[in-house]
Amino acid sequence: MDSDQSEQEAIHIRVEPQDFELGVEYERLRERSHTSGAIVVFTGLVRDFNASGALDGIVLEHYPAMTHKSLKAIARKAVSLWGLESVTIVHRVGELRNHDQIVLVGVSATHRAAAFDGARYIMDYLKTEAPFWKKEVTSSGASDWVEAKESDQRARERW
Amino acid sequence: MIKVLFFARVRDQVGCSELEVELPDTVSNVGAFTDLLKSRSQACCDALSNPNILVAVNQEMASSQTTVEDGDEVAYFPPVTGG
Repeated sequence: MDSDQSEQEAIHIRVEPQDFELGVEYERLRERSHTSGAIVVFTGLVRDFNASGALDGIVLEHYPAMTHKSLKAIARKAVSLWGLESVTIVHRVGELRNHDQIVLVGVSATHRAAAFDGARYIMDYLKTEAPFWKKEVTSSGASDWVEAKESDQRARERW
Repeated sequence: MIKVLFFARVRDQVGCSELEVELPDTVSNVGAFTDLLKSRSQACCDALSNPNILVAVNQEMASSQTTVEDGDEVAYFPPVTGG
């Protein structure tokens, strides 16, 4: 197997409006993980509040030509840093309701420490580098763009 | 020609999502190209003067020193908020 083929096997990325099923994504990741002893899967959800009150969903915009490239670069880096065997990233776009799933990051590795760290590394970089933007819709129907958080920047700088 | 893209709040401020701009001989990097865009309209000037704005050239993150060549795609957007 050449390196392109093995990377195709290792890194799976999807950016799409459809919802995902945790169990299905986990099984697919497990099937691609032949030598791993640990899988960590993170999912992010739409919150029903922000600092100023109740929300009624979000709209997620992205830069289609760049999104996939950016996520792939982050996944590749995580694979090389943590020796991950396999990575799945699914990120939704478009209109999402409160409590909907937004993002899934799953990784497999020989041991649990690398799997926990690898998943967290991918999320911390995704939050600060991948070209997605959230617009929050308030319960009164008004909407505004979410400001980037300094805490997300600090989380990334930790690595 | 340069294909210019604006996303999220920057697009709202500029008032459009896409522009085609002729690249003058005198402009060779992102900094100079951004100045050129800012001179086109007050809305562009206001939106692109924000120091937090990010720029990508051909879908890779760029700085004001990054080279811009004819045929490139240059995108301006606010700090990202996905995940």
